[in-house]
Amino acid sequence: MEAEAAKYIGAGLACLGMAGAGIGVGNLFGQYLSGALRNPSAAPGQFSNLIFGFAVTEALGIFSFAVALILMFVL
Amino acid sequence: MIAAGLDPIAQFEIHKLVELSIGKYDISFTNSSLMMVVAVLSVSIWLLLSSKKSLVPGRAQSVAEISYEFVADMVKSAAGKEGLRFFPFVFTLFIFILFANLLGMIPFFFTTTSHIIVTFTLAMMVMSLVIGYGVFKNGFKFLKLFWPSGIPMAILPFVSILEIISFVSRPISLSVRLWANMFAGHILLKLFAGFSIMMITGLGFFPGAIGALIPYAMTLALTPLEFLVAFVQAYVFALLTCVYLSDALHPGHH
Repeated sequence: MEAEAAKYIGAGLACLGMAGAGIGVGNLFGQYLSGALRNPSAAPGQFSNLIFGFAVTEALGIFSFAVALILMFVL
Repeated sequence: MIAAGLDPIAQFEIHKLVELSIGKYDISFTNSSLMMVVAVLSVSIWLLLSSKKSLVPGRAQSVAEISYEFVADMVKSAAGKEGLRFFPFVFTLFIFILFANLLGMIPFFFTTTSHIIVTFTLAMMVMSLVIGYGVFKNGFKFLKLFWPSGIPMAILPFVSILEIISFVSRPISLSVRLWANMFAGHILLKLFAGFSIMMITGLGFFPGAIGALIPYAMTLALTPLEFLVAFVQAYVFALLTCVYLSDALHPGHH
């Protein structure tokens, strides 16, 4: 296989990692929202935890995105 | 493949502004160092101007007070009351990363934190402080971090190995998280902005300008998201610093 073609296939495969981050972030906000609707008074106190969880989860998707970008433009 | 001037990686190039070297080491003043100086100067000017301590705070002073309380609350909640001795360190780290990220959002400005060597240096600073202070305060008890209590003897070695791996990978995950977010975000903005230019240069003005609206709308939507990411990543970096420092203060509490 040519190196150029392998690069594009690799970049496409790396993007699959973003699906996992999508599931994670969706789960995170969904659970937060359902919890917040059950007990709205406790919701603001958990907002920083939400953002923290969001950043940690989203970072994994960003990692795969960065791998794809490096394959496309840097290597 | 990519037209000249639209290369999304070109924005991360480092230029030497003043050439300097000690022996064989290149310590030139680059555009990256210039942005760090700009970040530090703008923070200093803001904090110095707002330190008049008037009873009714002006805008700059109330933003300074809010950020002080914000970081102090974060340190207290993540590392406890004893953690407050690290407040100046965490505040400096948070404000520096925040300003470096936000200044990078200004068009044609360089983003210092989009280079992994910068974020890795910051992360190694944090980890050296954690190890140094942990050993200084707890001595050999610091190793309890890798030997958690309340776990059956049969699986303790396995857990211990996991703890060591997680500790060693901390500086990597801490730095790569910040770097990858800034790097990917800026590439994304540049890519979508480049798409709308490509539409017009490729299709001519009449159908091209209509097609260019879609990537342009994406750029518009992504810009506020990037501002959010700039803030959230600075916050997460500072918060994780507090969590790691709390390990140095109380090893063996998990």
